[in-house]
Amino acid sequence: MTLAEIVQKLGLEVRTGTDTLAAEVRGGYVSDLLSDVIANGREGDLWVTLQIHQNIVAVASMKELAGIVLVNGREPEGETVQRAAAENVVLLVSALPAFELVGRLYALGLSRLRT
Amino acid sequence: MRESCADLHIHTCLSPCADREMSPPAVVKWGREKGLDVIAVCDHNSAENVEAARRAAKNTGLTVLGGMEISSREEVHVLGIFPDDRALRSAQEVVYDNLSGENDPQTFGEQLLMNEHGEIVGHNGRLLIAATALSLEEVVGTIHALGGVAIAAHVDRPSFSVLSQLGFIPTGLGLDGVEVCRDEVPPLPRDLAVVRSSDAHRPEEIGSRSTRFLVEKPTVREIGMALRGVEGRRIVR
Repeated sequence: MTLAEIVQKLGLEVRTGTDTLAAEVRGGYVSDLLSDVIANGREGDLWVTLQIHQNIVAVASMKELAGIVLVNGREPEGETVQRAAAENVVLLVSALPAFELVGRLYALGLSRLRT
Repeated sequence: MRESCADLHIHTCLSPCADREMSPPAVVKWGREKGLDVIAVCDHNSAENVEAARRAAKNTGLTVLGGMEISSREEVHVLGIFPDDRALRSAQEVVYDNLSGENDPQTFGEQLLMNEHGEIVGHNGRLLIAATALSLEEVVGTIHALGGVAIAAHVDRPSFSVLSQLGFIPTGLGLDGVEVCRDEVPPLPRDLAVVRSSDAHRPEEIGSRSTRFLVEKPTVREIGMALRGVEGRRIVR
């Protein structure tokens, strides 16, 4: 499934990375502790979080995540947007809370079980 | 110059999670018994017991610095320790303006205001345990604008630390130091001063960790200089 499909089906707003929405999403991860995402996020994951601090961009870059979805309609900080644009990290915003958003992602068939 | 033994992170009974026994005079008494020269009273998002602790310490030889453990919106805890009452009051105003909610004492604990004799003089009704609406950068910026020292609290803990919440220390944050409360120091940028303190919530924890500063006198300004390692001021260990 591509980012573009997810954006379209779930009505996400794209804040940065419009050019890279063809990228494949391979799984998902939900966490608001960046230390946890550094430890457990996997390449190609779509990361669902409410953290809007610029460090989320560095973590997404480092872990080669497919993108970040901010929940509850939270807008990224200005520095976060600038950094995401510079590093070509996809930043999306959903009006939904994390639970509802993840349920919809699962319903779309997005899942990658750990073995 | 002389060495001052400091525990820069001590709660009082104003923090909902702290022991009721942590009255301002008890904190002073234990600080002295543990051989400390300096303590900083840093309750969660509030400094309303600082004055009582200072009064309780009068003529004891123990220096009480006034501060707060401020919670940023990322839920990163930062110690802000301020040079004088005016700065402390201004910081308090900024924090309260950015803090919402009411405390439920049965759920979170009582938030007792006490005088220097340890008598209850009131309760703080705010939700002190909550996060403020200030970003980490805004918290550090506010502390510095008021001449205070900003130390990232308990970076060796799995919760409410800059490392747990944000993964790493953001570049250009401008911290004066980081605090560790246990024995192991996590990997940190080399140029950051490391302070050891107790984060005491119970009397017996006071002074269980401390930092020795080589300073001219035990003031926030001097401790700030020691953290930066300037003009001969430094951390001894």
